[in-house]
Amino acid sequence: MASEKVLSLNGLSKRFGSIVANKDVNLSLHRGEVLALLGENGAGKTTLMNMLFGHYLPDEGSVEVADEGGTLQPLPLGQPQAAIAAGVGMVHQHFTLAENLNALDNIVLGSEDLRAFRRNRAAARGKISDIMKRSGLTAPLDVPVGRLSVGERQRVEILKALYRDVRILVLDEPTAVLTPQEADTLFENIGAMARDGLSVIFISHKLREVLAFSHRIAVLRHGVNVGEIATADADERTIARMMVGADTERAERSAMEPGAPVLSLRDIRVPGRSERDTLDIPELEVRSHEIVGIAGVSGNGQAALAGVISGTVQPQSGTIAIGGDAVRECSPTTMIHLGVGRIPEDRHHDGIVGSMSVAENMVIERLDDQEVQKNGLLRREAIARNAERLAEAYDVRGPGIQAPARLLSGGNIQKLILARVFEEAPKLILANQPTRGLDMGAAAEVARRLLDARSRGAGIILISEDLDEVLGLADRILVIHDGKLGAAHARDRETIGLMMAGEMA
Amino acid sequence: MIRIEPRQATSHCLKYGVPVVSAIVALALAAIPLALAGANIATAYREMFSGVFGSVFAFSEMLTRATPLIFTGLAAAIAFRARLWNIGAEGQLYLGAMAAVAVGTGFLDVPGFILLPLIIICGAAAGAAGMAVPTFLRTRFGADEVVTTLLLNFIILIFLQMMLEGPIKDPMGLGWPQSPPILDQGMLPPLIDRMRVHSGLVLAIVAAIIAQFLLVRSVWGFRLRAVGENASAARHAGIGVNRLLFSVAIVSGALAGLAGVGEVAGLKGYLTADLSPGFGYTGIVVAMLAGLSPAGVVVSALFIASVFVGADSMSRAMGVSSYLADLVVSMSLLCVLVGGFFARFRIVRTRAAAGGA
Amino acid sequence: MDILQIVLTESFWAASLRIATPLIFGVLGALICERAGVLNLGIEGIFVAGAMSGWMAVWLGAGLWGGVLVAALAGGLFGLVHAILTVPLGLSQHVSGLGVTLFATSVSYFAYRTALPNVSSPPRIEPFRPLDVPVLSDLPFLGPVLFQQTALTWLALLMVVLVWYVLNRTPLGVAIKAVGDNPSSVDAQGLSVYGLRIGAIVAGSALMALGGAFLTMSAFDAFFFGMINGRGWICIALVIFANWRPGKALIGALLFGAFDALQVRLQTEVGALVPSQVFLMMPYILSIIALVIAARGADYPRALLQPWFKGQR
Repeated sequence: MASEKVLSLNGLSKRFGSIVANKDVNLSLHRGEVLALLGENGAGKTTLMNMLFGHYLPDEGSVEVADEGGTLQPLPLGQPQAAIAAGVGMVHQHFTLAENLNALDNIVLGSEDLRAFRRNRAAARGKISDIMKRSGLTAPLDVPVGRLSVGERQRVEILKALYRDVRILVLDEPTAVLTPQEADTLFENIGAMARDGLSVIFISHKLREVLAFSHRIAVLRHGVNVGEIATADADERTIARMMVGADTERAERSAMEPGAPVLSLRDIRVPGRSERDTLDIPELEVRSHEIVGIAGVSGNGQAALAGVISGTVQPQSGTIAIGGDAVRECSPTTMIHLGVGRIPEDRHHDGIVGSMSVAENMVIERLDDQEVQKNGLLRREAIARNAERLAEAYDVRGPGIQAPARLLSGGNIQKLILARVFEEAPKLILANQPTRGLDMGAAAEVARRLLDARSRGAGIILISEDLDEVLGLADRILVIHDGKLGAAHARDRETIGLMMAGEMA
Repeated sequence: MIRIEPRQATSHCLKYGVPVVSAIVALALAAIPLALAGANIATAYREMFSGVFGSVFAFSEMLTRATPLIFTGLAAAIAFRARLWNIGAEGQLYLGAMAAVAVGTGFLDVPGFILLPLIIICGAAAGAAGMAVPTFLRTRFGADEVVTTLLLNFIILIFLQMMLEGPIKDPMGLGWPQSPPILDQGMLPPLIDRMRVHSGLVLAIVAAIIAQFLLVRSVWGFRLRAVGENASAARHAGIGVNRLLFSVAIVSGALAGLAGVGEVAGLKGYLTADLSPGFGYTGIVVAMLAGLSPAGVVVSALFIASVFVGADSMSRAMGVSSYLADLVVSMSLLCVLVGGFFARFRIVRTRAAAGGA
Repeated sequence: MDILQIVLTESFWAASLRIATPLIFGVLGALICERAGVLNLGIEGIFVAGAMSGWMAVWLGAGLWGGVLVAALAGGLFGLVHAILTVPLGLSQHVSGLGVTLFATSVSYFAYRTALPNVSSPPRIEPFRPLDVPVLSDLPFLGPVLFQQTALTWLALLMVVLVWYVLNRTPLGVAIKAVGDNPSSVDAQGLSVYGLRIGAIVAGSALMALGGAFLTMSAFDAFFFGMINGRGWICIALVIFANWRPGKALIGALLFGAFDALQVRLQTEVGALVPSQVFLMMPYILSIIALVIAARGADYPRALLQPWFKGQR
């Protein structure tokens, strides 16, 4: 691509305490180019983009952005306002939308003078509908954002950036929450905008979409540049090797004959806030030696399903049986006693008590156990011994078992939870987004543990928004949409994607 | 450009240093209002010091003042650790005092070894009930306990006035709204002859030691800390959050009730509507200054009591308003809050990078 | 005379509006703070500070409106303390608010005692007089109820309209609502989270202080210890009852004023049968009942009580 340069990141470095997030990173972008920024979790992609957008102040380095005439100008750092003024827009991975406001207010927010006595909504509306026409991205403007679907919110985020007349658009994992078809449509729209002169950087770790929709690929590893390649010259294997530094080994899944049912749900109904997330399951069975994958876009009832199996959500009606025992009272304690191992979706929020020690977090689910307590007093030595053993067996690394659990990295927190769950040899394992946010090594470790548990005889219910993960691990795939489960007719991306969007269900 | 960074771990030096420094800063800041009131600052500080350490009597007065503060401080510390915002210790104190008066003023004329424990138990139970109600309103209806406990303080105080003008009014009290005196055998024995410091102080210190032990070493303490730090994870791990909150409410309310028992059955002997000059609210400052640690509560209660007793004596000698003590107490709360921030975070000065504005 | 007769009198409604006035200021102030995501339990102390400083300014000769201004400034100043502790420093909003209440109260009491060391009966000022509007004041019923209130009551009603307008019709209001729902939404659009929150707390606290000033400069003509008596806490309950909407805040405050006016009148009717304290308790019990009824359905601002640090999402 021989057109003019619109962005140049020169030698950016950023440290957080002792952790180096970025070191001497260089990156350039041309007019009309779609650049994919690749790297494992923790490789420093998001930090780099946050420096470009002024959320973080770099320790070293500079940023230059082309002005309207096409000349590169230095960008004042650490000021989102300056980045916006220079025509840089960013769509964050976690939506930055006010849910109590409608899309129009969210889009216009910040572009009006706060001292103004009234809003000029007609002009704003005109400009937005213009942008919608040009970009093909549409969303309802007058409904509170809290009531929009995830896909619609994503489009509002992008419209927000386009409304500010961006010339450079940064998208941080834009498709993480979309169905494959929604993702494809999004990239087609982005491609069309790029042909009109918009320059785009998107962060992703989905190799398929990177290969299909980018012009050029830049890879970060451990916070430094490790290479750039024209997409035309790349294939999955080369870029995976660039990201990880070596060939990754995929966990091998051997065929296995399922055994007796360990979980059966009948006529379960959990009312949600809307019809969309109202869970309605006539029947669901998970058997021993079996991994049942639940694919779907988030917000379609996964939280309620996971809640019922975890014991934190009481279904309005229906029956639950674990390993043949009917569950009378749905509570976390009952589920733990019946042999359900639960890996929660949000490990910081539900998995650990951050300010308590690693050792304490390892016994938190079995405080009534005689090994942990005697006459209501904690057996601190036994608790410490248990922690030493588990940390060794499950390779939990950090500043020690007596240190607060919040000091562990995401991967090690997940290993702590795995240790706590797998050590009890559960009959049924609920793994809710077990590898989200983990780097490839830690994710592979989680997958291996799940497959081990399956060989041992556990039944596993794997809820994931990552279709590749479900395709790779599950023996049987169900798709959840609007709170209803449907068996996948075929084991391919296309079919499952359409079902995730609610078609052919 | 400055940036805020969380510290990896808080050192012991900071943990214990912050409250001490905050207390000293708050005391030093008292120079400003003293100067505005036109007092000689050096003399004022000297008067305050000698008002606490000048004589055995002065010191015993300080210990007397610290006794209810240890109880209300513990009530706040235990509740706040579980993120149960009990701001109602003032009301629970009066409930405890009313219960003590109800059983202790002749309703039951039994020997002291029965009456005194009975008074203590009833006082604690009344305080516990006073916190159980707002906790129920929170767990059942989601009504914020901060507001309900605050409002209950006013309701209980008005209820007390009603009682003092009615059922528990002393017929021999010359028309004053006060209760009859607690029977002699029902009184907490004094610790030193001819001084006001009473065995309620021993009770308070024992309570602090037990609370500290339970918090760190018991399963109940484990559950309490887990619920306080992350209720969602605790619930997910099978800890019954509502049940735990109720047990905390009962312990916290009981401790506040004991503060009332001590004041009535240890110090005054009878109950009036001005029994407490805000011990319940000051208990919150005591607890915060102690970093919500029960053992620390004893130390910070001694400090706060010194401020009150010292300021009172300075006020008598120099004519400066004794509201100075409240001022110092409130400033030490604000100082310890700010200090707690610097213990958890550090401010890093970053030079503007190239191209920066 | 039964309840219906009481409720139909002009003086009852005039009293309701009068009792409601300080609550209107307080609820609006608390509402602005909470809409921006910060609970302000400093309200009780800020009421005291407003009442004391406003009165003191008038007593020292600043004039009534000078006193109102001083009260608002004092409230804003204590609000700023709370804002600094809770916004950039991100400290516990509960504890910081209580700390501000203790601080503002003790500063006010100390200042009052230092200025007037040995007075048994507090000195009086010439308070606001009812505004006599020609013609309107002579209207039957409405005249006495609406048009014989003091200027501060009118200011309170005006503030309801103003706060509603700002929140719902201006870019500033949109930004305040956004920062109370998701601070990152504001930050990502290049606005200052800290600026909006600090500004909202200072403005809200100034309004709260006017509620206190009303008591010493309009309802009464002097300052007493303990005169606020939990009015601030009642406002915190009313905000939840009002579901963070200015219009409903007005209705809540008026309902409350009406109940309070009613209990005073009932007290004179049946005072011989029921101890007066039963009536005195009513406002607090009502607040708790209102809270219990409203709590489950309340749309709490999503970011309420959540500290936000720059560069952390």
